[in-house]
Amino acid sequence: MTATTVDAPTPDTAPRTASTATWKAVIGLGVVLALYALLLALVPHEGAARFRLATDSDFVVLPTLVVPAMTTAWVCGLVGLAVLVLAAVRTRAGHRVPVWAIAVFAAALLVGFLAWAAAGSPRDLPVVGLLSGALALSVPLIYGALGGVIGERSGVVNIAIEGQLLAGAFTAAIVGSLTDSPWAGLFAAVVASALVALVLGMFTITYKVNQVIVGVVLNVLVIGLTSFFYSEVLVPNAPTLNSTTRFPQLPIPFLEQIPIIGPVLFDQTIVGYLMIVMVFVVWFALFRTKWGLRVRAVGEHPKAADTVGIDVIRTRYRAVLIGGAIAGLGGAFYTVVSINQFGREMTAGAGFIALAAVIFGKWDPLRAALAGLLFGFATNLQNVLSVVGSPVPSQFMLMLPYVVTLLAVAGLVGRSRAPAASGTPYTKE
Amino acid sequence: MRLELRGITKRFGALVANDHIDLVVNPGEIHSLLGENGAGKSTLMNVLYGLYSADEGQILLDDEVQRFAGPGDAMAAGIGMVHQHFMLVPVFTVAENVMLGHESTRAGGVLDLEEARAKVREISARFGFHVDPDALVEDLPVGVQQRVEIIKALSRDADVLVFDEPTAVLTPQETDELMGIMRQLRDEGAAIVFITHKLREVRAVADRITVIRHGKVVGEARPTASDAELASLMVGRAVELTVHKDAPQLRDNALEVTDLEVTGPDGQVLVDRISFTVRGGEVLVIAGVQGNGQTEVTEALLGLQENVSGSVRLDGTELVGRTVRQILQAGVGFVPEDRNEDGLVGEFTIAENLVLDRTDGPPFVRRGMLQLATRDEFARDRVAEFDVRTQGIETRVGRLSGGNQQKVVLARELSRELRLFVAAQPTRGVDVGSIEFIHKRIVATRDEGVPVVVVSTELDEAVALADRIMVMYRGRVVGIVPADTPRDTLGLMMAGIAPEDGPGAPAGNDGDEGDAA
Repeated sequence: MTATTVDAPTPDTAPRTASTATWKAVIGLGVVLALYALLLALVPHEGAARFRLATDSDFVVLPTLVVPAMTTAWVCGLVGLAVLVLAAVRTRAGHRVPVWAIAVFAAALLVGFLAWAAAGSPRDLPVVGLLSGALALSVPLIYGALGGVIGERSGVVNIAIEGQLLAGAFTAAIVGSLTDSPWAGLFAAVVASALVALVLGMFTITYKVNQVIVGVVLNVLVIGLTSFFYSEVLVPNAPTLNSTTRFPQLPIPFLEQIPIIGPVLFDQTIVGYLMIVMVFVVWFALFRTKWGLRVRAVGEHPKAADTVGIDVIRTRYRAVLIGGAIAGLGGAFYTVVSINQFGREMTAGAGFIALAAVIFGKWDPLRAALAGLLFGFATNLQNVLSVVGSPVPSQFMLMLPYVVTLLAVAGLVGRSRAPAASGTPYTKE
Repeated sequence: MRLELRGITKRFGALVANDHIDLVVNPGEIHSLLGENGAGKSTLMNVLYGLYSADEGQILLDDEVQRFAGPGDAMAAGIGMVHQHFMLVPVFTVAENVMLGHESTRAGGVLDLEEARAKVREISARFGFHVDPDALVEDLPVGVQQRVEIIKALSRDADVLVFDEPTAVLTPQETDELMGIMRQLRDEGAAIVFITHKLREVRAVADRITVIRHGKVVGEARPTASDAELASLMVGRAVELTVHKDAPQLRDNALEVTDLEVTGPDGQVLVDRISFTVRGGEVLVIAGVQGNGQTEVTEALLGLQENVSGSVRLDGTELVGRTVRQILQAGVGFVPEDRNEDGLVGEFTIAENLVLDRTDGPPFVRRGMLQLATRDEFARDRVAEFDVRTQGIETRVGRLSGGNQQKVVLARELSRELRLFVAAQPTRGVDVGSIEFIHKRIVATRDEGVPVVVVSTELDEAVALADRIMVMYRGRVVGIVPADTPRDTLGLMMAGIAPEDGPGAPAGNDGDEGDAA
């Protein structure tokens, strides 16, 4: 035997891979398109649809777009059909359906649906309101999802996002009311939510209790506590304890006057701007810093991290607490940004939608934020359509965000891989 | 740096895993720690590496007493470890894995990947490793992953290097290369601890040998000692290392596999249209480095794989498409690769495990009721016949040693009327004494005229048991060759290189090279 370090010749026998493309996406698109066509055919809705694009402060006032509803709807349907054919051809050739194709498909059918829904309505469909409302509704979802992403990247599944949001909203309401300062409320929300995270961490990291169970129990606990104190303490003392000062809107000069995107993006409260910054900060921290590398290592292969001297337990605690703090910002949104008081169970399942955004976003902060936006949009679409007077029963529209969530999580966009050790407590043997 | 362990003792409850172990490793020396599975080698190294804390004893580096609270301390002191199960994050790049835990950063904690890449390139160049710092670890072959582990240790300037069973996942050629690397490291002055149970490797590379048995140092040996001497020191009695068997008496009954293809959940082809025949009365060993499709072949034979095409005919009856129960009833005995996962229910007793596959009718079940007396009598007979060392048939299987657990599996599978016997890694994690017994039973089954298929990643075992050896590489059959084929040829076949003039056994079907992918 010689001390050779030359690689043995490697024969050219790379493992064969059968076609990985599945027909799931094509079938999904086909079903949606068929339902869409059925809707147009069975319930035709003649008339013109009016899309209002302008707000009062724009420097160029865009005209209100008036289109013939059914023609627009059918043309959009044809665009969808074109995408479907393309997707089928790609799948047949063994390729994946590209994400942009699904985006085009969704956008086309959405515009068509809006045209159909708004047809003949005396009111204009406010496009700016639709978009800015969507962004506003997605703020707590995105904060919650960012918190969830950090937790899961470190190996702790955070089912308790809902509880963290609710605890944040509740605390921000009380502290904000007592101090008359939205900043104090915001800070208190962060602390409260981090406390929920601390309990989650203690049970899941230190005592290794099943993470899903702890998360569910924490949600129930927070719902119970806040509901109890709401009716026993907040309601009787509403003027002193449940009446906050909200953060003011901070429009950015000039930028806010750009048509459409100006009022949507550049007329937020500090919490809204902070969210946009936070998405990129979390992404950068996770993928470009030492802290992020260690968090991801601990979530993928904790033993490997341990053997290079990383304290798995401490890293997980820190990640869970940071995640909780970020979710708390989302909780504060409810009571110091959106409205000025707390209401019983006012988060209404937003934490679970945020959890879905984490999965839909494949544990990536940017994608999770986009997923949050999508869910926010679905919620607001329902609001806007009921104002415009949509022919669809409002109960169906209320289902929309959840249907979108379900479709998204069911994997229309492809398989996602969770951090390998997510949900698994770390035990030194 | 000189490493010295003094009187290291580690207890887990009543079990003494390490009993006052002394060990000295000098710089520029490869010191081999030889012992069976469960002898306490890995425990000792985990103590050294700070993963466990010793109950008694001291660790000294250059005569200074060390206190390790965790692996971080051990690493800082200059101890590097190449783990048996690689401690690499699969979704990270090589550079990220190497830097993890001692990252160099720019302002604000931002990772300096460039420096890590440079380090990987520098170390790789020094040892001729050819490792791309930006490759994802999960995409690398195991041999290269192991080099990443070595780079990881060297990047922290380790002076003491521990190799924990490093050759388990390597081809013979890769093993030779690793030995070359170890010698090179030794010549640069590293103190190397080489943990293994493979005698051949110890004799090839070690400067000194310490043998451990039941947690105690039982002796030292020189690399010039014979296999038999080392084995008897390791086991504590003389052991028979060769398997005695007569020339095969081939019968007419046979397992015929034609164009068997198995695909995984993501569509990857795990077994790529392979064909082979095993006649009654012969042992076909499927050899190859772990993870080249052998497991999937055995699971496909038993109906445990989902996406299977091709044909598996046992004495003319088609098995593909049948349920596991039907296949078992057709007379297939199966020893799964991971007995704890697939072979036994650890919380059940020996008696319960022995009748797990017979709960659908007499004699163990009548009118839906377990026949406990019949079962216990059966269990007592089997325990005696298969030499299961236990206090009784009511002992939970999880409490038995690996060798005794495997005997329970074997007893269950061999006590039916068999027409095919399939054993995957039948001696993995089994003590040498039990290996002898298991090999004897496999040969006895063959001599009864049953076709036998054995999967083994250990070349020694393959050569010892087989009448013919089928080598698999990346889901394909490289070739089917007689058992007396030279080791070098087999080693090359395990790396995917077919023998030039395939001597091919008469019944053999020479793989499926002309692949139309």
